[in-house]
Amino acid sequence: MSNSAVERGEPLIHVSKRVGIAQSKAWAIRGAALVLALMISGLVIFSIVHLSPLKVYGAMFEGAFGTSRRAWVTIRDAMMMLCVAVGLAPAFKMRFWNIGAEGQILVGAIATAACMIYLGNSLPTPALLAVMMVVSVIAGGVWGLIPGVFKARWGTNETLFTLMMNYVAIQLTSFAVSKWETPIGSNSVGIINQKSNAGWFPPIFGQAYTLNVVIVLTLAVLMYVYLKYSKQGYEISVVGDSENTARYAGISVRKVYIRTMFLSGAICGIAGFLAVSGSSHTISVDTAGGRGFTAIIVAWLAKFNTFVMILFSFLLMFLEKGAVEIASRYNLNSFVSDIITGILLFCILGSEFFINYKVSFRRKHS
Amino acid sequence: MTQFISLFQAAIMFGSVIMFGALGEILTERSGNLNLGVPGIMYLGGIAGLIGSFFYEASTTSPSPVVGMLIALVCAFGMAALGGLIFSFLTISLRANQNVTGLTLTIFGGGVANFFGGSLNKLAGGVGQISVAATSSAFRTATPLAGMGTAGKLFFSYGFLAYAAIVIAVFLHYFMSRSRKGLNLRAVGENPGTADAAGINVTRNKYLATCMGAGVSGLGGLYYVMDYTKGTWANDGGIESLGWLAVALVIFATWKPLNAIWGSYLFGLLFWMYFYIPGLNRSSQELFKMLPYIVTLVVLVAVSLRNKKENQPPASLGLPYFREER
Amino acid sequence: METITAVEMKHVTKRFGEVVANDEVDLKLLRGEILSLLGENGSGKTTLMNMLSGIYYPDDGQIYVNGKAVTIRSPKDAFDLGIGMIHQHFKLVDVFTAAENIVLGLNEGGRLDRKVIAAKVKEIADRYGFDIDPNQKVYDMTVSQKQTVEIVKVLYRGADILILDEPTAVLTPQETDKLFAVMRNMKADGKALVIITHKLHEVMDVSDRVAVLRKGKYIGDVATCDTDPQKLTDMMVGRAVELNIDCPKAEKVTERIEVQHLTVRDKDGIPRLSDVSFTARGGEILGIAGISGSGQKQLLEAIAGLQPCAPESHILYKDEQWNPDAPADDLENQKHVHELIGKSPLDISKMGVALSFVPEDRLGMGLVANMDLTDNMLLRSYLTGRGIFADRKKPKKLAEDVVEELEVVTPSITTPVRKLSGGNVQKVLVGREIAMDPTVLMSAYAVRGLDINTSYTIYNLMTEQKLKGVAVIYVGEDLDVLLELCDRILVLCGGQVSGIVPREEATKEGIGLLMTQFRKEAQV
Repeated sequence: MSNSAVERGEPLIHVSKRVGIAQSKAWAIRGAALVLALMISGLVIFSIVHLSPLKVYGAMFEGAFGTSRRAWVTIRDAMMMLCVAVGLAPAFKMRFWNIGAEGQILVGAIATAACMIYLGNSLPTPALLAVMMVVSVIAGGVWGLIPGVFKARWGTNETLFTLMMNYVAIQLTSFAVSKWETPIGSNSVGIINQKSNAGWFPPIFGQAYTLNVVIVLTLAVLMYVYLKYSKQGYEISVVGDSENTARYAGISVRKVYIRTMFLSGAICGIAGFLAVSGSSHTISVDTAGGRGFTAIIVAWLAKFNTFVMILFSFLLMFLEKGAVEIASRYNLNSFVSDIITGILLFCILGSEFFINYKVSFRRKHS
Repeated sequence: MTQFISLFQAAIMFGSVIMFGALGEILTERSGNLNLGVPGIMYLGGIAGLIGSFFYEASTTSPSPVVGMLIALVCAFGMAALGGLIFSFLTISLRANQNVTGLTLTIFGGGVANFFGGSLNKLAGGVGQISVAATSSAFRTATPLAGMGTAGKLFFSYGFLAYAAIVIAVFLHYFMSRSRKGLNLRAVGENPGTADAAGINVTRNKYLATCMGAGVSGLGGLYYVMDYTKGTWANDGGIESLGWLAVALVIFATWKPLNAIWGSYLFGLLFWMYFYIPGLNRSSQELFKMLPYIVTLVVLVAVSLRNKKENQPPASLGLPYFREER
Repeated sequence: METITAVEMKHVTKRFGEVVANDEVDLKLLRGEILSLLGENGSGKTTLMNMLSGIYYPDDGQIYVNGKAVTIRSPKDAFDLGIGMIHQHFKLVDVFTAAENIVLGLNEGGRLDRKVIAAKVKEIADRYGFDIDPNQKVYDMTVSQKQTVEIVKVLYRGADILILDEPTAVLTPQETDKLFAVMRNMKADGKALVIITHKLHEVMDVSDRVAVLRKGKYIGDVATCDTDPQKLTDMMVGRAVELNIDCPKAEKVTERIEVQHLTVRDKDGIPRLSDVSFTARGGEILGIAGISGSGQKQLLEAIAGLQPCAPESHILYKDEQWNPDAPADDLENQKHVHELIGKSPLDISKMGVALSFVPEDRLGMGLVANMDLTDNMLLRSYLTGRGIFADRKKPKKLAEDVVEELEVVTPSITTPVRKLSGGNVQKVLVGREIAMDPTVLMSAYAVRGLDINTSYTIYNLMTEQKLKGVAVIYVGEDLDVLLELCDRILVLCGGQVSGIVPREEATKEGIGLLMTQFRKEAQV
């Protein structure tokens, strides 16, 4: 009863879709990917600086959390990343590829800086902060709305559309910088309202970045609740899962697209507000600093769960700050952090395959 | 007149960098893979070419420009193709999301390039910036016709890679429209299920197109490094912005290599125009620099409005393929 | 002519997860014959043929081509063995020309010489009587032209074993006749042909031999000249089973939905429903019979507000205050008649029309596959209640009730529905729709893929609703069930109503003939 079909020609590796996987197993696979990534990046660093990987991680930890100031900067930057990821969550949950966070951050930042510059002397700080937040929300929201409308009405490819919008925003920022540059010819805006501190986040409990943390964590919780419990969040999930089902249930798919993209852009706009008012107090084309792109990956990997995003934001920020520390100790440049980020993300992206698919090898016949 | 000539030359130079990036990406996207890692790949190509020729020039007292050039070409193409291989493995074999993988590749490639570009000399025990003068000269040698007055300056004053880009574009055009393999490749990008049923190896086509495409894109990075920055490294993000312009150009050219030729020069022109328009202050210059992206947006919307089938993106662009999907 | 075996399949089995699509199937195909592969929807015909054409790989069993044991791992292997399949969903690249599609994937030298190819295509077309323009783009073609390209494509590759998967489903009668003529030419040329179909008159018309599959199992084969549609029906659907479905009469039967001149065209402008008129009554189950793809889907979706309809169409909903005995010019009474054409599903529910709909595509339309039971219950009610938050308390309670009452097997109500088995998915869907307290309940293939017990649960639920006064519309494929369950049966054929038969007058043969309009054809 030999089965010749199997013996002679079944493909060596057979891949099939998993029906489901236990959460614990899925996280174990992701954990393994993380370990693999740390090993590879340890190896990379070792080959460059000949420092034992354990010491490397020790040094990285010091770089990220070694002093209270460093820890706060790490927290501040992780919060910024988290804010963008939170903004992207509703769009991705709707399966709308918003690659335009970078631009949405920047227009939010421009709006904020404009308020600081033009209203800095005429409004008290609390009112000014409120105005800046509203304006950045509108700016970011509109920037997100535009590709949303085109997608909803004409099915214009949103990936490419939002990508282009980034560069329009970058040029807009350059334009703003050239308008506001001080001193003239420096090609930078400098610290805005350095003397009056108007429109700066006030220190709370003696910490400059408390407000950043409060705002972003509030947004993260609100977004979690919005996606999970609100009617609109429910509509987003249905549209993302199946437009057919959405129509069956009487949901207007177009309306959901447009509304959700406004929301997504608006929160990215808030990230721009945080970047200007809450941390750098200036604006440049580097204000977004690629966070808009990295956050896409954070949001995607966290599967729209804003609490998992906190984890990924800190992980990435730890690697970034740690790598910068290594680089400065050994007098190398800080781009090593991008290499390590890349390695980590490659590993985790690859690991998703083993969560979604089952790989079986050809059975051996004796 | 000199103004015009130097604008024209700048447009051709930047246009050629963009053209390499876009041609590679057209090849990739025609197979259905949307690789947003173009800037990263161009970075990888640029730095690998630079490093390869750097070690060659460091190993000999009188480096031969031609040898350095060949080494740089091979390194750039090979390293960029390797970047394409990472992308292919993750998206084709492991079915990772193409957008996210591409963006990661951009971060990674930029990191690798800027790290080694900035630290290589130190790592190798030297001081200051790396520089490959001999090799760079081979890339910058103009054609013998460059001396022929204005026409010579306009059309024949560039290094050989500028002409190679046109040759590759024409070749790709013929490959995709007149050859069997090109037809098969386009079928994979349009409808992998159909291609599979017709006996075309979808996986192999996607791998090959993505890796070769990445290699071609990488040459754009090399051209930038060898010609524009004259064989040194500048952490100025120049390659990244040109890389994204290359992605834009693919849309602008509606996925056709021949359109990429004039499109890239147009982009180069739009990129530099601000510099040559008299009476512009700096802020209006910045607004001018938006033009390539705005133009691309208009094209993107026009393509989605006007339902001409031939101008649409490859139908399966960005989607993974799994034969037993039910 | 000496009979030579072209293909033999032995004990071929294919599973998809837990579903056994083909169970130890044996099949033989001879040269110079047309074999009909007959079976109901989901009986595994296409899966079986896909293993011949290299799309699927069998889990078990052996395939022989021309007497030799072979392994078909890919479509390319199949071509090399001379096997070509014309799929139901055409596998063509839209932006390519006919000629480009035909030579796709072939290795005939590097250059694409369009002239040489066109000449070769012409030669094949002339030989078998095709009409084809090699330079026409596929997106400009009619369905019939696309099919021609598909057939020429496999012939161009030198296929001598051709498989046609429901080739006539999309063709007009004239085009069908042309196709059959071509098939006979190919048969005379010594080729072996398989036609997958469930249309009996086509089987009788074109094939030499019929092989029947039922629920993934091979039932047997007969020479066409030795059989008749009745015998084939018995083989296809199985011996009439004792069903014993109760069909009590409702106390009160009132008109609820009146459909007038309903015409629906698809995106390409092809009519899917033409001038359909009927009445559905509360307190009655109206069965809809017909070969799959005869317009059942469009009919239900049109009523649910999901299909754009031609302007002359009317779907009138008569609410519970409507008085059937009032004269037609009673304006007060007319206020209780509501036009549903042009309304979205949301509009319809806002009008107070409780319309329940169990669509054919359970996970792709009726439910959200990745959501759990509670959230799926929420789909119909998420807008109720004030405030921005969706109320999950009632849906949770409902999910628990449905699980308990309908005996849904699930780890918990927080399990995504895609992880449930087909029967349990359907219970969740039907349970939700009935919980809406509908006045109209529509279901499409409600028991497809379900086991006997679950099927009975569904039948009982339908009857229960009917007795409550609900107008039930039941699209089914099992004629025995339709006969037992329904008060009246509407038969659709090619998007038209070929008959509405009351239960008392309905016979299986009669309905079966209406489904294929066999009666009309026989009379001509």
